[in-house]
Amino acid sequence: MEKHVVLIYPHPDDEAFGASGTIAKFRNEGVPVTYLCGTLGEMGRNMGNPTFANRETLPEIRKKELIDACNVLDVDLHMLGYRDKTLEFESRQEIAEHLKGILEEIKPSLVITHHPEQAVHPDHNALGAAAVEAVRLIDESERPKLWVQAISQNHVEVLGDPDIVLDITPFFKTKMDTILAHRSQAQGVLGSMDKEKVDMEEIAKHRLGTERFYTWNF
Amino acid sequence: MEPIDINKVQTELERFLNKDVYVHLETTNGAYASHFDEKAYNVGAFIRNAKVNYNHAKIVGSGNAFRVGLKLDLGWVYAEGVSQYEVDEKNRLLMAGHDREGRLMVALEISETPFKN
Ligand SMILES: [Zn+2]
Repeated sequence: MEKHVVLIYPHPDDEAFGASGTIAKFRNEGVPVTYLCGTLGEMGRNMGNPTFANRETLPEIRKKELIDACNVLDVDLHMLGYRDKTLEFESRQEIAEHLKGILEEIKPSLVITHHPEQAVHPDHNALGAAAVEAVRLIDESERPKLWVQAISQNHVEVLGDPDIVLDITPFFKTKMDTILAHRSQAQGVLGSMDKEKVDMEEIAKHRLGTERFYTWNF
Repeated sequence: MEPIDINKVQTELERFLNKDVYVHLETTNGAYASHFDEKAYNVGAFIRNAKVNYNHAKIVGSGNAFRVGLKLDLGWVYAEGVSQYEVDEKNRLLMAGHDREGRLMVALEISETPFKN
């Protein structure tokens, strides 16, 4: 059993779409989980449908949604305070040191983040790369396991099949509740995944019934 | 936000004439455009807290396609496709255009104080 799991993603809702079933599974086993969320998704395009947010109110709205989602999942939340869309321009080394400091306090047995090259959004790749570097910097005797998530269309071609494939259907309700906690984002994101379907739950089950990760080998 | 009333927005634009103001100007089709459609291109730009002083301003258009031009001493600020506006509690003029799904495509915002970084 894991001792403590740390999740490192840049945007409020990355945890919901990418790993909320996995998190729910760990929490169900009694494993503590901490989410290090990089930004508040300040530059997101989804403003609700019909729109209820604007560029200036979005950060506070998404912050509240993030807190609600973390309450659904029953995980600790630590907001890292970077700005949406700018992570790839920050010093990777500085972010890695920042993350390493936090990881050394928590001493997780497993860290989950995005793949540094196969995660589509520049923020995902940049924070994933910094997280990989942070874990690499930890002394081998203390170093946690690392799982990375790839979401590009062709990641299986590039990386092969992921070695961690979790069927999260037993935790699907928690996953859906976590996604829906991100009220300003849920419909826009699910809608763009599948234009044929209108029912959000149907889309999510079709697209999000398993969660896949690659074990990172240093 | 509410649908743009051209006369009201024109009045709001003129409220900032010849003052040092901060501008947020943005356009985007999202970081996932080419992820969901391989023929699409990811395009976007934003500038936050550009400090400008404009001496002439005009909003033109109708329906859900308005253009705004702010004339500066040495140039212009231009936004196309704004359709909604709001004067928020900080007295800032926020204008934006969204697609059918409520996703932001363009935003132009004007304030006498800097926007939160
Ligand atoms: Zn994201």
